[in-house]
Order: sequence, then structure tokens, then C-alpha cells
Amino acid sequence: MKVKYAILEKQDLYRWVEYLKIKARLYAPKKKENLFVFGPVKNADEICLDYIPTILPPKKYYFPQKEKLLEFSIKPFKSEKAIKEFEEYILFGVHTCDIAGIQCLDVVFREYPEDPNYLNRKEKMTIIGIECFKYCDKYANCTSMGNNVPRGGYDLMMVDLGQNFIIHINSEKGERLVVELDYIKEAKPQDLAKLENFRNEKKKMFREELNAPLPEVYKAFSEYESFHSEVWNDVGRRCVACGNCTAVCPTCYCFDIVDELELTLNDGLRYRIWNYCQMDDFAKVATGEDFRKGRNSRQRHRYYRKFKYPVDKYNRYFCIGCGRCSRTCMADIILIETVDSIVDPANAQNYKGLIKNMPEVCQITQDTGACDDR
Amino acid sequence: MIDKAILLEKMKTSPYKPMKARIIEAKMVTENEKFFKIELEGKINLSHEPGQFVMVSIFGFGEAPISVCSSPTDKGFFDLTVRNVGMLTNALHKLNEGDIVGIRGPFGRGFPVDNMFGYDIVIVAGGLGIVPLRSLIRYIMHNRNDFGDVQILLGCRTPREFLFKEETKEWMRRTEIKFKCTVDRADPDWKGNVGLVTSLIPGVDINPVKTYAVVVGPPVMYKFVILKLLEKAIPDHQIIVSLERRMRCGLGKCGHCQIEGIYVCQSGPVFNYAQLKDFRGECHEGECYEKKI
Repeated sequence: MKVKYAILEKQDLYRWVEYLKIKARLYAPKKKENLFVFGPVKNADEICLDYIPTILPPKKYYFPQKEKLLEFSIKPFKSEKAIKEFEEYILFGVHTCDIAGIQCLDVVFREYPEDPNYLNRKEKMTIIGIECFKYCDKYANCTSMGNNVPRGGYDLMMVDLGQNFIIHINSEKGERLVVELDYIKEAKPQDLAKLENFRNEKKKMFREELNAPLPEVYKAFSEYESFHSEVWNDVGRRCVACGNCTAVCPTCYCFDIVDELELTLNDGLRYRIWNYCQMDDFAKVATGEDFRKGRNSRQRHRYYRKFKYPVDKYNRYFCIGCGRCSRTCMADIILIETVDSIVDPANAQNYKGLIKNMPEVCQITQDTGACDDR
Repeated sequence: MIDKAILLEKMKTSPYKPMKARIIEAKMVTENEKFFKIELEGKINLSHEPGQFVMVSIFGFGEAPISVCSSPTDKGFFDLTVRNVGMLTNALHKLNEGDIVGIRGPFGRGFPVDNMFGYDIVIVAGGLGIVPLRSLIRYIMHNRNDFGDVQILLGCRTPREFLFKEETKEWMRRTEIKFKCTVDRADPDWKGNVGLVTSLIPGVDINPVKTYAVVVGPPVMYKFVILKLLEKAIPDHQIIVSLERRMRCGLGKCGHCQIEGIYVCQSGPVFNYAQLKDFRGECHEGECYEKKI
């Protein structure tokens, strides 16, 4: 690779977006009412790079909510892999936290036995990230999780330096999207110095959101008492088992498999659809035995699947700190509060939805007016 | 990281694609349970371990995990015994000889027969638990010289629910196997033991260090049976159980069968008590050893 860092002037951004649109299908964050979503880009000016985490993570493109697994016919008995070819696509303007989410699912689906549907989609994916220099809101805990800065897993990473973007080229796939363009130039040493400067400034602004450092969080989750903590009962009492937290989580990947017949009642499709461990029947077997009965044990399971089990298994936290679960929760179950209370039960007395009354720290939504009616 | 070429090859196939299989024998064995003998297309062997399960697929209805109840030493076919209890099993019960089903698998880890080589075996079955255990019993019968004394204890709610009646009669006749059974509630024709399966355990004569106990039954049963076995001083890792869980994929991905960090479909369904007693959550009270024995 010749160039490691490249410079894109801001007036050329739309030009580049148009270029990317020709190369592959392009998905980027767009404004939707007072929130943001990832969606296909028709016009370059739809893209909103100053955004708080989207309602759904970009997971919907590499692990769709409803995905065809098999095409089948009953008579004669036949089944075939439903999708053989995927199209090339680019995820544009992905936050570093969501990129960490993609890395998590990568570990899961590449583990034996590998999941060909995911691998197919991942193979066709190009990730162009954008690094945040503004704090999104009080629900995020990206700094504690270490995902406020880029840590690999992308093809290109854009950093807004004011007049221009500096682009880190991290893969050959990414390089191909910038090398042949005359308006994207190699970065000069002063650009890199500026980047360094920006990062130093950022360190002052981004503080760890959790009270305790991560190893202590893991230690707390490993302790025998934590499993039976009163915190889970409190969370369980508030939880309405709607499944929102798991639906919006970039690292939740549980699914169900359902068949749908066509009108002939002979041919049909077998789908994989998202399923949520917060649902009442998630761990219920046909005889009626439910192995995770209470909402408290289901919420506890969710937290352990972020802070304990994957650390043991993959040496990786499956919470990426995007804050989506807390932002979307109807019952004010706030991840930061729950984790803090597990680490130190004394915190439980101080919290219980308290964060809701804290002053808005969101810089982005204030600028874009996105949180006006929240 | 696996080789890119291997990866591309894997991406062409799908682990979700079932094999075609034909039902070559089907009969109701009790009011609620039906027995199926199944042959894979091309008469290939399933090559399973005793205690493993398959995902049975009926297109339009879905899939369900079902224990294989024949031994790998039964070549050319395999058996399933299914209780009519959910959507898929209801559809399966309507099928008969000659009908086609889809099969994926076998999945999971079976009974550790290699470790059990040379040991005495105590098999404790409750109700439907005899189904997965039949694969082990048949395996032992076919390799009888590899094992020491074999005792089978079977408990059922009522005499009408007894499965594999013909075979159990044969087990009773055979001298190299001790077979005892009991029912919770007798009917007028019943002449055998009455009481829970746990009541049979104190009467069993064993040398604990030289014995493997294999227990399969409904979740409520485990705690009480394991207590009795521990009283007999059988070491933790020589008490083997098989757990039932909801499963969708069999590949360790879908999350339904998870107990703590473990996927039952990959690491189980067979566990030994030493593994089991460390689990804290996601267990039925009966299985949940934490509260503690």
C-alpha cells in the first residue's frame, strides 16, 4: 500500500459520494424525524455525518431482520440455498462503536460451524467509518468500552479535521476507492500532526462513563453474589419484556427459524428472523418447561451476554458502548446504571432512572436540532 | 483464521440444508408417542454417537431437535421416538411409512462411551428419558463385552406410558443385564414396583469408583436422582445427564439453548455432574445444583 493517509477536501465530499454510489450500493446515516437511520443513499445531501447512533445498527445489512435461508418444495422433496449471490455494498459513515459491533459478529459467525449467509454478506461489505469528535449523549458508554477511537475492522476511516477529512486507508479494498481519484491526495505531515492534535483534544472531552474500569466490571460480573444481586430483581420489575434493547443491539444475534409456504402450499421459503432473549417463550420447550422464566433472569442473561460470557469465550466485550439499549428502553433501564450497581451495590441506591433527569450532554443533537422534541 | 479457499467453499453450501430421508416404519407405541424408523437417502449411515440428536424438518412446519434412539451399531437406518407435544411433532405424528422428512445432524456430544469402557453402568430413566438412553442401551448390548455390570432403572408415571415394551421384556429376560422398573401410579393390572424411580436406587449394589451412572428424565427428576447417586459415592464426573432445551439451529448460534456461556447444542446435550454443578442460571430448579445439594 502506497498511501496510508489521504486528504479529502470538504467541497469534494459529495463528488466522492457520487463516485462511491457508482462503485456499489451505498448505505449511510440519514435523518429520520428526530432520530437517525442507516438507509440507501439517493442524493448525497441526504447523508448526515453528524449523528447520534442510528435507531437500528447497520447490522440490518449483514444480519438482516428476516433472511432467506432455504428455498424448498415439499413434493418432490427439494431444498436449495436461497441466496447464492450478494451484491457489493458500502456502509458509509459508520461510527467506531458500530464497527466494533461488526467485529463482534464476525467472531461469532466465523466460529465453527461457520455461517455462510453472514460470510457471503461480509465478503461484499466495505466499511467507511467516521470518527466522532463530539459526544453523542448521556446514554453512550463508548469510552469505557474503548470504542470511542478507531480500533480496526474498517476499510477506510474518515476524520473531520475542519476544512477537510483525513482518511485512514486500512485495506486494499478501501485503497481502491481512493487511489484513482485526483481530488483525494496523500496526507502531508502537517495533516497528521493536526490529527494527533485532534485526538489529544478528544481525550480531554471523552471520559470513562462507567464508574469502574472494565477489568473490574468483568470481575464483578464473575462474582458469585452478582448473579443473585438485588439489582436484577429491580431491573426485572421495571422491564416490560418488549425486546427493544435486544432488537437495537449491534451484537445481539439470536434468531428463530420459520417456514413460509406459498399459495400452492407446496413451495416455500425457510427464513431466519431476529429473536430476542427478552421474549417470554425464548427458552421454553414444547412440554412447557421455561428455563429462563422471570424478566429478571432474562435481563440478567442479556447483561451477562455482554460483559461475562463472550469475554470468557472470545476475550471480547460484546457491549460496544453505543447506548442504544438505554436510549430505546421504555422502562428507563439504563446500562450504565445497571453495570455500576453490579460493580458497587451502593450505587443502586443512587440510581433507578436518575440519569433521565441529568442535563443533556448531547452536542450533536443540539447542533442539528435533532433532540428538540425529546 | 481459516484458509480463504476453504471459506469460499463453505460459503457455497448451507448448514441449514436438510438431508432427504424416508420413513420406513412408523407405529404408535403409546397414546402420545410414535416410533419412526428412518432411512437417509442412499442408505447412508447417520454415523452418530449414542445420545446425539438430529434436527427433524418438515417443510412448512419447521424444525425440532429430536434424540436418536437407535445405536450407531444399527446400520442403514436410525430410530426416533416422538411425543406429540408441539407444532412440529404434531405434524410428524401425521406421517407414515413412505413419507419424506428432512434431517440435519447429528449434533452435539453424545454419551462418553469411550470413557465408560470397562466400567459398570447404572442407567436411570424417567419417562421419555428412556428414548435417548435406548441408543446407549443398544450400543452396550451390541458391545456387551466392553462394559461391566449393567443395570437399568426405569420409572414412568403410569404403566400405559411404558415405552419399548417388547424390548424391555427382553432386557428383563437377559441375565447379563439387570432391569427394574417402577410406576408412580399403578393400575389394577400392574404387578411391579410402585413409587418414584429414586426409590429403586438404594437397592442397587455398586462399586462407586468403577461405575458410570447415566440419568435422563424430566428436569424435576435430576436433583433427586443425583442426590441418591451421590449418596452412593459415585464421583461427580461419572454421573452423566442429558438436558433438554429449545433449539433452532444446532450450530451454536441461535441462542435458545444457552446455559450461561455454553450452547447445549454444541457442548451438550450430554454433561457430567461436575460440569453441571457449576452452572448457576438457566436451569430448572430440579437441575439447578447451585441451590445446593
